[in-house]
Amino acid sequence: MELGQMQKSLQDYTKSLFVEGILDSQFLQLPQLQDESNSDFVSQVVSLFFQDSDRILNDLSLSLDQKVVDFEKVDPYVHQLKGSSSSIGAQRVKNACVVFRSFCEQKNVEACHRCLQQVKQEYYLVKNRLETLFKLEQQIVASGGMISAMDLGF
Amino acid sequence: MGVVTESQFHVLAVDDSFFDRKMIERLLQKSSCQVTTVDSGSKALEFLGLRESNQSDDPNATSTSPEVEINLIITDYCMPGMTGYDLLKRVKESAAFRSIPVVIMSSENIPARISRCLEEGAEEFFLKPVKLADLTKLKPHMIKTKLKKESEKQAEEVKPEIEEEESPVIEILTLHQELESEQQEPMLSNNKRKAMEEVISTGRSRPKYNDITTSV
Repeated sequence: MELGQMQKSLQDYTKSLFVEGILDSQFLQLPQLQDESNSDFVSQVVSLFFQDSDRILNDLSLSLDQKVVDFEKVDPYVHQLKGSSSSIGAQRVKNACVVFRSFCEQKNVEACHRCLQQVKQEYYLVKNRLETLFKLEQQIVASGGMISAMDLGF
Repeated sequence: MGVVTESQFHVLAVDDSFFDRKMIERLLQKSSCQVTTVDSGSKALEFLGLRESNQSDDPNATSTSPEVEINLIITDYCMPGMTGYDLLKRVKESAAFRSIPVVIMSSENIPARISRCLEEGAEEFFLKPVKLADLTKLKPHMIKTKLKKESEKQAEEVKPEIEEEESPVIEILTLHQELESEQQEPMLSNNKRKAMEEVISTGRSRPKYNDITTSV
């Protein structure tokens, strides 16, 4: 595939993530924090999000599987995940966390289990899409092309 | 000379979340600030040189590192142990550090919480996720504090050349006023703070703090 086509594919792909609501405008804040001194910031912070989230989702599964669920423990996890997904612009994950928290407040174990599944689903989706996004970028860069932060802004 | 140069402002950022610390650190660096991050209110107090409990081994203790001048504290509200609000109170109760502007961040938009923080002396309340544009609101607060310190220093040094000193000081004040008036418009439409216009124009006297404070 030639460079121009790859860049077009990247733009279309990125656009679709916004159209589908998987990402929101907060994601566009990230490239603004990247510069020559921190040339890898976006991928670093996204990787950090993945690591953090994997850990939290694991802890959440364990907490909800207890015989007696301790909501004092569960809620902070969801709060944390809501925060980081919000900072990344992972809109659907954030929204799923908001719903999750309301059920935590009600101490509704069954609903929380369903919420956890929903959060996991949204998380794997955004993870998958972002990984694809970064692969596309890498291909462009490897072919001598440049990624402009402007490509992502519309 | 009383000119405020582009010498970097040093911000102390407090957040229990590693992820959020990374973000705020990068945001602040991108805004040309030097940053120190800590993960709790008590570590923040330690860094400043205030002890969490009120026992004072050294009644003359001010800062552990006098060379490190903190120009602003930005803290998360929701933290285990000492909340951002608790930290705010401790700072404002301390004679040594109450002049440091404090900004609170929170992912939750709770008006009562916001008012409480502002009433306790927070300069700003930012809703998370914090954006780069939000941080432009910090500079005026940090400049104002530096100016105050500089004019206090000059008042102490009663030198004959104080006449020469006056014109640069006046220039800075004008710049400062310009900055304030620039800030007024976006701030009035901002629902994050209440009545900020009175806060800026009255120069923030704090009648509730007496000067007989034990700074630990």
